Amino acid sequence: MKEIKLWQAFHEAMEEEMQRDSSVLYLGEDAGGKVGGPFALAKGLQCKFGEDRVYDTPDSEGAYVGMAVGLATSGFRPVVDISFMDFMLVAMDQIINTAAKIRYMSGIHNVEKVPMVIHTMAGAGRRAGCQHSASFESWFVSVPGLKVVAPSNPYDVKGIMKSAIRDDNPVIFMMHKFILGLKGQIPEEEYVIPLGKAFIKRQGTDVTLVAVSHMVNLALQAAEKLQQEDGISVEVVDPVTLSPLDRETISNSIRKTGRLVTVHEAWLPCGIGAEIGAIAMEECFDSLEAPLIRVGASFNPMPYNPQMEDASIPNVPRIMDAVRRVMKD
Amino acid sequence: MEISMETKLRMYETMTLVRRFETRAMELFKNGKFPGWIHVCIGQEASVTGAGLALRKDDYICPTHRGHGQCLAKGMDTKKMMAELYGKKTGSNHGRGGSMHMADKALGILCGNAILGGGLPLGSGVALACKLRKTDQVVLGFFGEGASNEGIVHETMNLAALWNLPMIFFCESNQYAELSHRDFHLKIDTIAKRAGGYGMPGITVDGNDVLAVYSAACKAVKRAREGKGPTLIDSITCRWDGHYVGDPMVYRKEGDLELWKAKCPILRLEKQLFESGALDESGKQKIIAKIDKDIADAEAFAEESPYPAVTEALEGVYA
Repeated sequence: MKEIKLWQAFHEAMEEEMQRDSSVLYLGEDAGGKVGGPFALAKGLQCKFGEDRVYDTPDSEGAYVGMAVGLATSGFRPVVDISFMDFMLVAMDQIINTAAKIRYMSGIHNVEKVPMVIHTMAGAGRRAGCQHSASFESWFVSVPGLKVVAPSNPYDVKGIMKSAIRDDNPVIFMMHKFILGLKGQIPEEEYVIPLGKAFIKRQGTDVTLVAVSHMVNLALQAAEKLQQEDGISVEVVDPVTLSPLDRETISNSIRKTGRLVTVHEAWLPCGIGAEIGAIAMEECFDSLEAPLIRVGASFNPMPYNPQMEDASIPNVPRIMDAVRRVMKD
Repeated sequence: MEISMETKLRMYETMTLVRRFETRAMELFKNGKFPGWIHVCIGQEASVTGAGLALRKDDYICPTHRGHGQCLAKGMDTKKMMAELYGKKTGSNHGRGGSMHMADKALGILCGNAILGGGLPLGSGVALACKLRKTDQVVLGFFGEGASNEGIVHETMNLAALWNLPMIFFCESNQYAELSHRDFHLKIDTIAKRAGGYGMPGITVDGNDVLAVYSAACKAVKRAREGKGPTLIDSITCRWDGHYVGDPMVYRKEGDLELWKAKCPILRLEKQLFESGALDESGKQKIIAKIDKDIADAEAFAEESPYPAVTEALEGVYA
């Protein structure tokens, strides 16, 4: 095992997959040369693999996402960087009307596969303001034809990214900008984590706490404190893959504990928490001891002012409070 | 450009096929043979034919929602097209796409995209793939002058010029964008004027003169094949029917239709062929009969073909 930072785990995954498979390409704004993108995630890749494999794109998200679909349907495996999840909106038509739908509407004999990854940075906490702090995962989760993953630590980032690149479908790979430097242990040898599998990150018996992306890290902190302070045994479930969602693992946990709290940094309406709540209703109704409690961002665009931003997003005390409330019922 | 009589006759046949297929499709649609909406390209035969015939079988096109003629000129099988309109399992897209999304992998017909300009980026990706593989294939992306105002078209043109992609941006300026005349959405008289702004050559061509369209397209195709990058062609033509079949065309400029019908692209070439002796009335009727039989066979094929099972709707969402 070795210690690695989250952004390095991403970089290792990219480098290994590009080495392994010459059809893997990389496209993004400022991706080339010494820069490697706004978060330097692709640093050095162009120097190593050349300008035919790593492309520095103009500020044209729609064009280069659509271009990636064309590359993907022509035998390549493009990885596209949309540096801030907020900017995915600029490419929405290409992501949904083209990438997600093209195989299906062509008749699958005309388009065998669309192997591409769009990786993006989501999340608040960096005082980046209304247009640089997005968490839009639920919008993509609701579209058939896309896969969505949200790994929250170095081990998951590397393993999932390798799987995402090898997947034959368009995958939205969401990381959280607050934890670029988060350290974690990963194996020295190669490993992959399959898509479509949720993980129990902490075993528990009293409450199922389903968390998305960096909220997993906050959930684990909250769970530890709840055990020590309240004696509440919290089971933390990390879906990792938001689409296709591992309904079975999540339902099994809810049936086991009978109580459900969800936490994501996205707004509550139609968020992943609402979807998990629907699963609880559909598949675990008889096991529920209490109604669902959801934790999410407050219903306002993300303010710049630091105190206002902090007040708008989930934190450990808010998660603990939600768990205590669900236990009371 | 010297164009052989054989090619001219082929152009005439192709334009006649487009005209008669579209006319029959309109009739079938109005008789309730298939649902949804269709967008026919009657009047634009020279545009699609001049462009399509300039391409090789292994070149690609990006068709639009008004794509029947574009597909026919690229050699698409009328049976597959008709069956797709009927939503049958034997259709080009196995009934999943319909009129606006026809695709044929073997002929390089990339899936029709009904979002204005939306198919061009995918075409640019295919063009880049050709460049990386060092084949000399090219991609011809269709769009209209209405679509030319979409941001995605500008993005793609800049990218294609910047990366020297083997693409032809082929604009069918058919005078109307959906339900408005071009006077309402375009400041300039030809979008070819924009080409210099992207760093590529721009050509305006009489879109009802199939020989002129073909010459311009061949030149652009040759340029792309030789690795010299993309070209923007503005093909000035006019659609005779509405935006969709059934459109009452209340927005149509008065006298406009008569003006453009007088410039019929098929009659124009026909006149030349008759005058040169390459074609006579008997030859013309033979061509029409052959085409009408082809279309009738396609119709019968579509009628007799099975529908896909409804359970197939759930299949193929993921590879």
